[in-house]
Amino acid sequence: MAPSDIKQVEAIARACRVQIIRMLAHAGSGHPGGSLSVIDLLTTLFVNRLRIDPGRPDWPDRDRVVLSKGHCVPALYCVMAKAGFLPEAELLTLRKLGSRLQGHPDRAALPGIEAATGSLGQGLSLSLGMALGLRLAGSPARVYCIMGDGETQEGQVWEAAMAGPKLGQPTHPLDNLCVILDYNGIQLDGFVRKIMDLEPVVEKWRSFGWPVLEIDGHEVRQIDKALDQAAATRGTPTFIVAHTVKGKGVSFMENDPEWHGKAPKPGEAIRAIREILAVSEAAWDEYLKTDHATAEIVAELQRLGRA
Amino acid sequence: MPAKASRAAFGEALLELAATDPRLVTVDADLSKSTMTAAFAKAYPDRAFNVGIAESNLLGIGAGLALTGRVPFVCSFACFLAGRFETIRVSIAYTRAGVKLVGTHAGIAIGEDGYSQMGLEDIACIRALPNIPVVQPADEVETKQAVAYAVEHDGPFYLRLTRQALEPVSPPGYRFRLGKAVVLRPGADVAILATGGTVANSLEAARRLAADGIGVEVVNVASIKPLDEELILRSAGKTGHVVTVEDHSLAGGLGGAVAELLGEALPTPLKRLGVQGFGESGPAQGLYAKHGLDPAGIASSIVKFLDR
Repeated sequence: MAPSDIKQVEAIARACRVQIIRMLAHAGSGHPGGSLSVIDLLTTLFVNRLRIDPGRPDWPDRDRVVLSKGHCVPALYCVMAKAGFLPEAELLTLRKLGSRLQGHPDRAALPGIEAATGSLGQGLSLSLGMALGLRLAGSPARVYCIMGDGETQEGQVWEAAMAGPKLGQPTHPLDNLCVILDYNGIQLDGFVRKIMDLEPVVEKWRSFGWPVLEIDGHEVRQIDKALDQAAATRGTPTFIVAHTVKGKGVSFMENDPEWHGKAPKPGEAIRAIREILAVSEAAWDEYLKTDHATAEIVAELQRLGRA
Repeated sequence: MPAKASRAAFGEALLELAATDPRLVTVDADLSKSTMTAAFAKAYPDRAFNVGIAESNLLGIGAGLALTGRVPFVCSFACFLAGRFETIRVSIAYTRAGVKLVGTHAGIAIGEDGYSQMGLEDIACIRALPNIPVVQPADEVETKQAVAYAVEHDGPFYLRLTRQALEPVSPPGYRFRLGKAVVLRPGADVAILATGGTVANSLEAARRLAADGIGVEVVNVASIKPLDEELILRSAGKTGHVVTVEDHSLAGGLGGAVAELLGEALPTPLKRLGVQGFGESGPAQGLYAKHGLDPAGIASSIVKFLDR
């Protein structure tokens, strides 16, 4: 990826972070921590990599993204909006009655969502089946499965882990599958290592037969390189351990289990947006005079706060 | 036509259909010799997948295959499928993945293996989910038609099959249709609504009661969800007494579905025959006698119910 492309992905990821905060503040509920930890991974996937066409969400040869950690779907809605699957204005309908943007993904509600997830631990099995089905169909499409760290405590994940490198062999190996672990270290009740430690993560997946790559899940260059490497791997699916920070980009959310499943209040949302855009408190008012889009979002959040 | 287990009829139907439909694949969890997909696996090794003893993964892989254009028959014992209810609920039903679930070894009729292998709550569980038809054929002819129907049905499907051989009961020229029941024998005094392995016993009970002057209508309800409401209400209205007979828990099965229908649409005296409590090891005939699902048990329940 060229430096200019990296800058573009970073800028889109930043804009998505702002949208995530905005959506959750308007919804009044949701999961900011994991949405912010996974957004760089999702943005790197969606910007210029995925084989998708928003005009044809049922295109048989499209790449599939299965967000197994379904509670972080606000991040997915944001990149899908950037890709053209839905109008950006619709993001504010998140979790509202009648919205296509369900609190957890609903495949039937929104074209482009590939699977209903959120009952944790199910996405990898689905992804294995998709990868196998695409291989059987002779399709060039790839499957990306994004898992949360806490969800790999589910037994079904290890049934699927056992099967991944073996299913379809030798004629239809699942080298069209790439699994990414958003390893942010926090689950609903607290720190993963204190609740039910996953370590040694890399050794576990390697011992199940997966090639494992380790990256910083916020470094676009590293993400991109790992995705390239996975795509070039033959004969086996690839597992990427992406080390991430829960709540990344917002100081008061980072690494705090409290922000796993709590929406920011309008005032907190405005502060979070300012931090995401890396503007100091002193310079904020002046900044808003130059960034009209953000100024509108801030005004809207202020109205929400007064309502 | 000799008696044949519906699982065996399923295996034969699959082989037949697969010859002209390359979308068909099977996914098993180390029970392919029992679910009768082994012959398919031998004929089409590239289209048969065995994931080992891992039923949750089995269901998820099936869903993924369905979402990428295959028609997957996902097979295990009925109890092991229903036991992974949450995976069926989200990965298949809510995802709208066109998985054809095949649960074999339905009911206490499996006999000696005992309760842990008996599908006794699967109808109740899967019936509670939106979007999945529940079908239990009663003989070879109906099974083969139901399998073909499942292939063409757009969406998930649950087929409940037996280990034991089933006597032929379908009338000549019978065509299975989802949501349709069939009157196998008309009668004026009481209507038996039976499904699967208990249909033949219900017919035999009806024959015995006819000798005592009791007119028993016997209806084969293969399509448990959706029910043939029109036919059932007609039979109930005509006879004024309804008995359901099934090799499934008394809670939530065909009897439950019929009670829901009659309770709202046409309150009618109803007697539900089925399995109470856990099953146990023993010969199938002995278990049917114990639970009143053999012809003698069905007949005596009806006599008591009608207060004759």
